[in-house]
Formats: sequence, C-alpha cells, structure tokens
Amino acid sequence: MAILDVSGLKVHFPIKGGIFNRTIGHIKAVDDVSFSIEQGKTYGLVGESGSGKSTTGRAIVGLENITAGKILFEGEDITSRESKTKDMRKDIQMIFQDPYSSLNPRKRVRDIIAEPLRNYEKLTKNEEKQRVYELLELVGLNPESIWKFPHQFSGGQRQRIGVARAIALKPKLIIADEPVSALDVSVQAQVLNFMQDIQKELDLTYLFISHDLGVVEHMCDEIAIMYRGRYVEQGTREDIFENPQHIYTKRLIAAIPDINPRNRDAQYAFRQEVKREYENSFDDYFDAEGLAYNLQNISATHRVALPERG
Amino acid sequence: MSRKLLEIENLTTSFQIGDEYYAAVDDVSLTVNRNEVLGIVGESGSGKSALAFSIMRLHNRAKIEGKIKLEGIDLAKASTSDLNKLRGDKLSMIFQDPLTALNPLMEIGAQINETLILHRPKMSKQERYDRVIELLDLVGITGPEYVYQQYPHELSGGMRQRVIIAIAIANKPQLLIADEPTTALDVTIQAQILDLIRELRDEMDAGIILITHDLGVVAEMADRVAVMYAGQIVEIADVHTLFENPLHPYTRSLLNSVPTEGQDRLHVIQGIVPGLQHLPRTGCRFAARIPWIDESVHEENPLLHEVTPGHFVRCTCHSYFYFPEKGKEEITHGDT
Repeated sequence: MAILDVSGLKVHFPIKGGIFNRTIGHIKAVDDVSFSIEQGKTYGLVGESGSGKSTTGRAIVGLENITAGKILFEGEDITSRESKTKDMRKDIQMIFQDPYSSLNPRKRVRDIIAEPLRNYEKLTKNEEKQRVYELLELVGLNPESIWKFPHQFSGGQRQRIGVARAIALKPKLIIADEPVSALDVSVQAQVLNFMQDIQKELDLTYLFISHDLGVVEHMCDEIAIMYRGRYVEQGTREDIFENPQHIYTKRLIAAIPDINPRNRDAQYAFRQEVKREYENSFDDYFDAEGLAYNLQNISATHRVALPERG
Repeated sequence: MSRKLLEIENLTTSFQIGDEYYAAVDDVSLTVNRNEVLGIVGESGSGKSALAFSIMRLHNRAKIEGKIKLEGIDLAKASTSDLNKLRGDKLSMIFQDPLTALNPLMEIGAQINETLILHRPKMSKQERYDRVIELLDLVGITGPEYVYQQYPHELSGGMRQRVIIAIAIANKPQLLIADEPTTALDVTIQAQILDLIRELRDEMDAGIILITHDLGVVAEMADRVAVMYAGQIVEIADVHTLFENPLHPYTRSLLNSVPTEGQDRLHVIQGIVPGLQHLPRTGCRFAARIPWIDESVHEENPLLHEVTPGHFVRCTCHSYFYFPEKGKEEITHGDT
C-alpha cells in the first residue's frame, strides 16, 4: 500500500482587490494534482519557479490550507487541519531549501536538534543528550558540534544539521524541498549520498522537490513534471528521461547543460529544434488558457497531459 | 592586431583581518582573448568572485598587487575617475543576484538609461530611448516599450536578469565579466541567457569571463577553463582538454561529484574549503583534502607546469593521484 496518497489536491490563493477588498479571483497554485508514493521510494517533483511544486509539499505537511482534494497518509485522512494530529506531524518531516536561514542563529546545535524531541518525547536531560549525540553521529558531525552555533558550520554541514533535526523523531516520510540547490557540487554530492544512506537505514520515503533534473534523475524512482500548478507528465525515471512525451518535458530535458563539451553544437541544435517544436505545437499540448490538459494513461506507469482523443 | 584583450600578471588581492593581510586571490596570472569565453570554476570560497571584483576594482579596502592590463591600461593602478570612465563602458559585469542588483525604486528604462547618460553624454534623449528599447529587444524581452516603464518587482527573476545583462552590454563592452549569471534561474531561462551571452561574444568580438560553479554550464559555454582553489589557479586548459583529460586532483574530484548517468555513488571531496585565515600558505593547498595521497609527492612550493601546450597544472601530485574508492591502478591516467 502506498504510504502517501494524494488525490485531486487543489491549493488556491485568493486575489483581493476593489474598494471592499473582495476576492476578485484565484491563483491556482496547485490545481488538481494526484499521486501516490510507495514506502521506501523517492518521488521527484520537478518544475520551474512558480509551478506549484513547493506549495504541494507544503500542503502535505500542513503549512498551506487545502482548497480541495484528499491526502491519505498510511490510509488515514489527514486533509483537514484538525485531522493533522500530533502523531501524524511526527511522521512527516521537512528539509528546507536554505541551510543558512532555516536554522535559528541564536540556538546551539543541541537545542536545534533536540527541539522536536522536546515537543514529542519526555526525555531526561541525559537521554536527550544521548539522542542528539546519536543523531550527530548518524549525519557525520563531530560530537563537539553540540555546543556550536549554526554560523560555525559550512553549508553542507548546516544542511546535515537540518537533516538531523528532520530525522530526530524517526519520521516515515520526508519532504525535501530543494535540499541541495543552495550548495556547491562537492557539498551537494555529500548531502545526496547521505540522504540515500539514511533512506536505506531507516526505510524512509522521500518527496524530493527540485528544479534540477540532473539531481532528480540521480535520486528518484518516480518523477512528475509540473507546469503552472498542473501535472504535465508523470512516470518512472526511465519513462521521463528516455521516453518523454509532453513537449514541456522535452524542453526541460533539452535545457540541461551537457557535461561533455564535444556535444556542444549538437546540444545547441537539439535545443533550437525543441524550442521550435515547442512554439509550433504549443496549442496541441496546452488548452486555451495555456494550462496543461488532464492526464491520460499511455502505459501502466506513464501518464501524460494530452487532449482527449476523438 | 593582437587578440589579447586582458592580461593579468601575478595578481594578489588581500584583505585585512585584524592586523594582518590575507590573500583571497593569490598570484593569479591569466589572459583573456577577444571573442573568447574563459570559464572560471571552483567551490564557494575559492576566490573566483574575489578575482572578478578585483578586475572591476570593486573591492573597497583590499590591497591589490600585480598588473591587470586591459588593452594596455593597468586597471590595478587606475584612479577612481579613470575607473568610472571604464566601468560600464569598456569593462562591465553581470552580477549574480537579479533580485538585489536593481534599484527597486527606479523604472527599468531609467536604470538602463543611466549608463548611457554617463558614458554617451552626446546622445540625445530620443537616441537613448531608442537604444534602450533596442537593448531590451536584444536580450529577448517582449514588449520593450511596456517594460521600459515597469519597476523591478513587476518582473520575474529571468526578466530581471535580462535587464541586468542589458545594462551590462549597453555600451558594447570589450570585456564582460559574468559572475554566476544563471545560478538563480530556471533551466529553460538559463539556456536562453547562455545563448544570448554566446551571441554577444560573436557579435561584439568581446572577451567574456564566465564565473560559475556549474560544470555543465562551463562545458557548454567556455573556450578555455581555469579551475581555482583556495585563491590559486590549479589548472587551466582549453575546454576539451580539461573535460577529457583533467589532471589536477581538485578538477577530477569536482568532475566526479556531478551526477551523471549510470553513477550510483557520487564522489565526495573530504573536508571543506579552508577559510581565508586558515589557508595553508605553503605546500600544495589541496593536500589536506586528499590525505590518502603520500605527502612526499607534493611540491614544497607548487608551481603551474605546462604539461601540453596551453594546459597548465599546479603541483606534481597529479601524477600520483587516484580515487580511494577506485584504487591505485588508475594512476597511469594522470601520467604525462
């Protein structure tokens, strides 16, 4: 059974205006998104800024109000605010994008990591310290770090403190919102390797949100591409990278810089070709408002937003 | 005519911390030719932005030693008034962060106009307006007349970055320094901006210094690449040589930490880039991050060696370097 099952999720933000500040319209940040994630897998959510990928993640943790739709976590409905019980919040944790601003600069590492423990578990001072030591060891940080402040660490180390905090309560699902976007490649490698290690160790499930297709290809089992709040394509890693069907997906893949300089001209030509195709066939793939159509199944795992046939 | 545009000789930029000066850029020499993109790569803290700011002379209280010759003019010794004439005209820079580089209280058109007023005082108002519209059009902004009177907050990140590029190229600079020009942008917009920079190089016969930590961007854009670590250039070569036959352990480690197809495990460089005050000033600066390599293979005072024409590598340790997870048999790769 899927650990997380999202169906018809909508998050709409009102636009206020006029003299009485009435609602004059809605921004459909997330519009009818459905997916499910199996236990122990990594599900990638890709899109450009403003596509609604972060809002989707935040809605699942409960940081955004949901307009419509249903979220099932381990079979339990957690859609409404009231139903997000303390226990459920313990099982879903989040890793934030920016390791420089997501840690309180005035707290010591010990207090940062112990905060979730203090909220949920009644531990003695010593037990708590012991747990923090264990967590630090798990994320590969020095035991002395416990007394340091966030500014005394490098970006990669800070991100690992964020990870330690996220796994403190042994969650089942981690929502990682652009966890490596702010990091150098070498540090990025460190964090990605580490996320894979703890996934195996703790049987974690990830919802991995990123705009970097290279990283997503490396990390994810299943991938969904979002555009303006809607899914344009969803499938396994192979479906998306080897057999992309939607022109928007093709365009994203074509835009990834090629690490081999010999392919430069070919890549440039390919990109121009995809761009032309994108411009010429835009109407075939998007409706009158420029939004993606509903998803159609093209294989057991692969779904693409195409106009209905016939 | 010589194709050399910029010649940097033994440039050292130091900052004062406490009573002492620490070099953030340490004895860097390089040249940029016309119609060439020179890529500079390295992790944050490696000194690549400090180098760019030194060329632009934007550091406030730094000690600059060495020569920065732009077509015969030594920028390192130029006075502030000379610099003001050069910056934005012959020499200009695209800054990293499009969200903070623009004045939030000024219309887009007026911000581009500013650089024209300063460097082209003879242009009439109408000529300037036409030029701004032309520039906005050139950087691919649709509806330039409309955008002219918009404010930065009304534009998306990609649009703002294009405005910054429009300002940088307004006076057709000879040398354009692009400091992480696409880092804050989405991939599709990144591709457009990179195409634009490439067109500018060809059209204006300009030299471009492209600073980035994204090796994919370098592979697509650069003609030559310099790799910086801890304030020094550790390897410099044309782009094909660098990607096909990288020699310095740092270059090879960086290339190995990028996710590519069929790679299960990414390479992690041990340790961190040392801070300015903690840089090892003697010996191979990268030695501390490859502790499994025998200390005796490093030079006492590592120099750049020309291994093949145009391909320079610092320190002899590259001939003995191997990745610990792969074992020693790989050594032959580095022998030249």
